Amino acid sequence: MNAEPPKDRFQSPQEDSGPSYLRAGHTLRSWLLTTDHKRIAILYLFAISFFFLVGAIAAALIRLDLLTPAGDLLTNDGYNRAFSLHGIIMVWFFLIPSIPNTFGNFLIPLMIGARDLAFPRLNLLSWYIYVVAGLVTLYVVLGGGVDTGWTFYTPLSSVYANGAVVAAILAVFISGFSSILTGLNFIVTIHKLRAPGMTWGRLPLFCWSHYATSIIFVLATPVLAITLLLVAAERLIGIGVFDPDLGGDPLLFQHLFWFYSHPAVYIMVLPALGVISELITCAAHKRIFGYWFVAYASIAIAVIGFFVWGHHMFVSGQSFYASAVFSFLSIAVAVPSAIKVYNWTATLYKGDVELSAPLLYALGFIGLFVAGGLTGLMVAMLAIDVHVHDTYFVVAHFHYIMVGGTVTAFFGAMHYWWPKITGRMYNENLARASAIIILVGFNITFFPLFVMGYEGMPRRYHVYPEQFQVLQVIASSGSALLALGYLLPVFYLGWSLFRGERATANPWGATGLEWTTSSPPPKHNFVEQPVVVRGPYDYPLAHPASRDNG
Amino acid sequence: MADSAGLKEPFHQIGRQHEADRFGMLVFLASELMLFGGIFAAAMALRIRDGADYVAAAGHLKLWLGTANTAILLTSSLFAALAVEATRAGQARWTGRALVAAAVLGLAFLGVKGFEYAAEYSEGLMPATAIAHFDGRIEQLFMDLYYLATGLHALHVSLGILLLAGAAWSRRAREDRAAVLVGNVALYWHLVDVVWIFLYPTLYLAGVK
Ligand code: HEM
Ligand SMILES: [Cu+2]
Repeated sequence: MNAEPPKDRFQSPQEDSGPSYLRAGHTLRSWLLTTDHKRIAILYLFAISFFFLVGAIAAALIRLDLLTPAGDLLTNDGYNRAFSLHGIIMVWFFLIPSIPNTFGNFLIPLMIGARDLAFPRLNLLSWYIYVVAGLVTLYVVLGGGVDTGWTFYTPLSSVYANGAVVAAILAVFISGFSSILTGLNFIVTIHKLRAPGMTWGRLPLFCWSHYATSIIFVLATPVLAITLLLVAAERLIGIGVFDPDLGGDPLLFQHLFWFYSHPAVYIMVLPALGVISELITCAAHKRIFGYWFVAYASIAIAVIGFFVWGHHMFVSGQSFYASAVFSFLSIAVAVPSAIKVYNWTATLYKGDVELSAPLLYALGFIGLFVAGGLTGLMVAMLAIDVHVHDTYFVVAHFHYIMVGGTVTAFFGAMHYWWPKITGRMYNENLARASAIIILVGFNITFFPLFVMGYEGMPRRYHVYPEQFQVLQVIASSGSALLALGYLLPVFYLGWSLFRGERATANPWGATGLEWTTSSPPPKHNFVEQPVVVRGPYDYPLAHPASRDNG
Repeated sequence: MADSAGLKEPFHQIGRQHEADRFGMLVFLASELMLFGGIFAAAMALRIRDGADYVAAAGHLKLWLGTANTAILLTSSLFAALAVEATRAGQARWTGRALVAAAVLGLAFLGVKGFEYAAEYSEGLMPATAIAHFDGRIEQLFMDLYYLATGLHALHVSLGILLLAGAAWSRRAREDRAAVLVGNVALYWHLVDVVWIFLYPTLYLAGVK
């Protein structure tokens, strides 16, 4: 399968310092059959960006339709299909794979001083699986879509829904294999391929958070897989466990689904937290405050995250005692998240802070994440959730976390590691401007949703009372600004590829191992196997001497 | 670096690479366990809520066929373990034989299972068929779960048989003293066995009065 001849394992430095990974082959074949984790990361970047665009087009449809109270653009059914596709694509084809499969893939081996992930061919396979899942999704889109929402609740999905439900389920099911393989690869890599001296206590926080994410990938995704299989069995051949007519219990679906999907929200946000830790320490030129707290907080979030699924079911008829326990546990999971925010703040405090574009994204992230997190606490409380359940309040809450959090971190990561990935610098002023546009556009789009939700606007309706129109129009106009903020980087980053200044190995004066190799790195990452002798954020030692200019 | 044959790209040492291969398989099996975990959770919930009906429904299963299959699969797992020992000892020929024995027992398991399904079909216990009839909601739900669980398990048995056959066929695998491939195939086969060991009491033994 991979066409490369076996190589001598003990190359001399000259042999290895050859062309960068980008130039180590120019044919399409050299990309499509590559086993280089860096190239696979780029492949993911293209595929995932494409799906972000498709999901965003669906969002634009939703927002346009909501301009008028009568919902003149789409039919009822059309609206249902639009938000279902939006949700399915954004969750499974953007949020979950985005940071791990692009930045995790690119950076984990570099950060721990390895030549590649432990199973390079499995890594490529996982990309192909993602692509196949994506093609099935496109088939669903072109075939008119589904109207179940991204949650596929039964018996709607298994009995009543129209459209290509089974195909949509299949797409999500297949994409799960990609997640499992990626998680497996990360776990084994972090255990077995750390460079000499790279102890667990010297592991960058980005790796810690990906380690925690991988645990969820491996242990939660199969539960989703079996749940979807059960829905498909029910819909296709009438063997079921959810449909009451077949003797089943629809509540069971919700338990199984949320047992996966609540941890899945941490799949979406943990990698983002890892990104922010890196961005903050680097911009502050300071050792992170409370390294072990931040590291263990990732693991704690992953573990506790498995025990809180019931907070999605407060109004579904589960017992009051169960709800009370889930409510308590959900509040508990906020503690490690808060620890991280405190530690970032303490790191910035009295730091030698440089207001670079990556830091602006990171600061935007912190603000939006805190807003999303605090409203998350509100909806985790039994009494409040009963009031705001299935209203725009919830939509606003999860967009603050998922879009304000994860998407912003994704853009932050893009700016921070862009010089490493491409070897080019971008226009800093435009980058700062787009960070600010995104922050402003985001709040104009989603803050009104809190207000509407609290006043009773239910989610998933496209016809609404006139009293909400002003807020809806504000939200829709904000989304245009937000779209501009997301599009700008495409232009100046694209431009930088051809005209940008060449990046040095370490343009930010950072301390991680990934900055010790050239930008872009050579095919096998390091000329010589690195030996680690310091902690990951040894800034007093590294700064200012680390700021090399050539 | 005497014994570095088979060393692959990101690794510097063959020992490390073997550890990683083994560890990767274990992580994958943890993931497989969670796949069945969903079904076990459903069965447990059903049993807690409607214990008596559950037990009555379980009584319809053919206990002796299930028991026979348990014995068959356990024996087969033993052969898989023997195969690993033989590989480590450098007895490639015995490795092949043990793997084939394990695979043949796996086929026997599938045969018994097929016979059982056929009998259940003729008794009208198979859901979603024209002749299906049930004494109640719980019985139907139980049978649904039974078919999904054993069907999914049978799928894993089939995959396992292919893996065993592949390992038996590959000379490289049989002659590799580190038993990387044979060891991983055997691990997979043990998982198939372990899942069955839990399915057996959950489904069959529950019906014993
Ligand atoms: C960029 C502008 C965006 C806008 C204007 C927007 C708008 C909306 C709206 C109005 C809904 C609610 C539909 C309803 O309940 O009636 C919704 C649902 C949703 N959005 Fe977005 N969204 C945007 C971006 C995103 C992004 C980037 C993601 C994820 C990366 C995302 C994930 C979701 C999810 C998961 C749902 C739930 C779908 C469902 O209820 O089934 N959204 N979005
Ligand atoms: Cu949740």
